[in-house]
Amino acid sequence: MFDVKGCVSLGANHGPDPHDHHHGSAPRIGIGGPVGSGKTALTAALCRALGSQLELAVVTNDIYTTEDADFLRRAGVLDPSRIEAVQTGCCPHTAIRDDITANLDAVERLEHRFSGLDLVIIESGGDNLTAVFSRGLVDRQIFVVDVAGGDKVPRKGGPGVTTADLLVINKIDLAPYVGADMDVMISDAHRMRGSLPVIAQSLVETPEAPEVAKWVLEQL
Amino acid sequence: MLTALILADSRFPGGGHVHSGGLEEAAARGLVVDEPSLESFLHGRLLTAGLLAAGFAAAAARGEDLAELDAELDARTPSPAQREASRAQGRGMLRAARRAWPSERLSALPRDPHQPLVIGVLVGDAFEAALTCAYLSVSGPASAAVRLLGLDPFGVNAIVASLDVEEVAARACKELPALGSPALDLLAEAHVRREGVRLFGS
Repeated sequence: MFDVKGCVSLGANHGPDPHDHHHGSAPRIGIGGPVGSGKTALTAALCRALGSQLELAVVTNDIYTTEDADFLRRAGVLDPSRIEAVQTGCCPHTAIRDDITANLDAVERLEHRFSGLDLVIIESGGDNLTAVFSRGLVDRQIFVVDVAGGDKVPRKGGPGVTTADLLVINKIDLAPYVGADMDVMISDAHRMRGSLPVIAQSLVETPEAPEVAKWVLEQL
Repeated sequence: MLTALILADSRFPGGGHVHSGGLEEAAARGLVVDEPSLESFLHGRLLTAGLLAAGFAAAAARGEDLAELDAELDARTPSPAQREASRAQGRGMLRAARRAWPSERLSALPRDPHQPLVIGVLVGDAFEAALTCAYLSVSGPASAAVRLLGLDPFGVNAIVASLDVEEVAARACKELPALGSPALDLLAEAHVRREGVRLFGS
């Protein structure tokens, strides 16, 4: 039921808005958020959840070496040839927003290697709350924060929290240990985001991130 | 002139910000640690790699055969890593240029062209193209030094402003240079083989 091969009309039902899938290749979803919030773990979870039903590839932008790419390769969730790592010149936000050249090159290498990709996930390097993906690079973006970063993060706002197509609050299993109030965090998130969706999850409890995977499939 | 200014602007989205022109490797090896050592690095880079690249930008601006120039620049760039870095930046600049300044001459460029050729075609004037290319040969590494070493940006900017970029651009317009810069070749090759932390593409 989730076979979306050949369906690349991401954004087709959303009218002529900035989300329009305009680059004529595989749909791209960006995963951004602060350092340590669980972007790579979410990427790995999505690979586990979707890798068998979608032609999937991943670009990682970790600021140090190829840490995230190595993590994904070791996790064995995706064929290593489907993972590309890019250097960001010490500026992870620049590489996903102001000058997306290195990421576009990586996407093109993957598309050249695998024709008929259904989805490319682009994971940003860990950055701050203002770092969002350019619409020239991705069709949809997920912003990931975690409860251990403090329950005030959602109300601090910033473009990542307020404008991302999906906000994921990660590591909710840790809330009792770090004194985070989940009710406050989730209601703040909804208040900052209006009608945009929020998913709170724990990859310890649900390692395949089912709610996020379902959201991703709905975007295709 | 405006095209030259846009191409030389660090905010131009052509992928230049992920390249350090050997500065990352030089910093990792303790060869560039402060403003004086950065000035020495940039001075050497301008007079070798910078002059060479500027010569090809000028030749491309004069309308010389682009495939031939591309092959000639390959022949003058012994380090495969440097060739790839130049072509990656040429490809990035070309991607942005096709949207901003579509033209027949852009289609005459080879696939993944060396960056100086793209600059020459876009700028059109030999001296301005050479100046743009020579400036970019030092501005990228200078910015990388600020980011990697935390040097004072005013000090670094003053160094860039003190370099004789115009003199180099004027020389570059006279003939196709064939300069070598073995240290930069070695740094580029060491960088691409580096295990562990590598923040820049070159």
